Amino acid sequence: MVINVQYFARLREDLGRDGDQVAITEGIDTVADLWRHLHREAPPPRLMVAVNQSHARLDTAIADGDEVAFFPPVTGG
Amino acid sequence: MGVRLFSEPFDPWSVVRERERALPMEKLGAASVFVGRMRDFNDAQDIRGMFLEHYPGMTERELERIVAEAQSRWPSITCEVAHRVGSIDPADTLVLVAVWSAHRVAARDACAEILERLKHEAPFWKRERLGDGSERWVESNTPGT
Repeated sequence: MVINVQYFARLREDLGRDGDQVAITEGIDTVADLWRHLHREAPPPRLMVAVNQSHARLDTAIADGDEVAFFPPVTGG
Repeated sequence: MGVRLFSEPFDPWSVVRERERALPMEKLGAASVFVGRMRDFNDAQDIRGMFLEHYPGMTERELERIVAEAQSRWPSITCEVAHRVGSIDPADTLVLVAVWSAHRVAARDACAEILERLKHEAPFWKRERLGDGSERWVESNTPGT
């Protein structure tokens, strides 16, 4: 299972990269699982998430080929 | 529906006029227009400019979803939404929300609703350039100010 992970804004700068390509075998069922797998810690407070370019939650299930984006609170307008 | 992103300065009133040329204005008794511009101050600091980052693809989808949901709630409305991205100078237009309807209440309420949802749901992020040359990310939009 391959997940395309993207980071935006301050999160991208703090992590020092635009994203990650993750090959996952088992035990990674949700967005929160994916974050813990990648960063070895709980998701930070106020983290926003999108799956396949739609707003999602930490308990949203993920599947092979998904695009998962993590970003800080949005500040447009 | 009309949703547009501009990477260069744009004139919101030209966007409104251009859209009105294609609308049955004899049916639309009300237009509610919000234009948001970049200030040269924020949190008691001078701001020289900003960069507006966005999530290409999702940003357009979110704006279209927000407009579609407003049109479900107020079926009589017609909407035009435009937003800047990239490098922005003070006084540049950041956002345009224009809503037309037969009557004033739908136009006014839908315009306010679209703007608030855009500010809290559409994936844009402001990075400000301060008077001393340093930069900072805007941490959050304040509700209703």
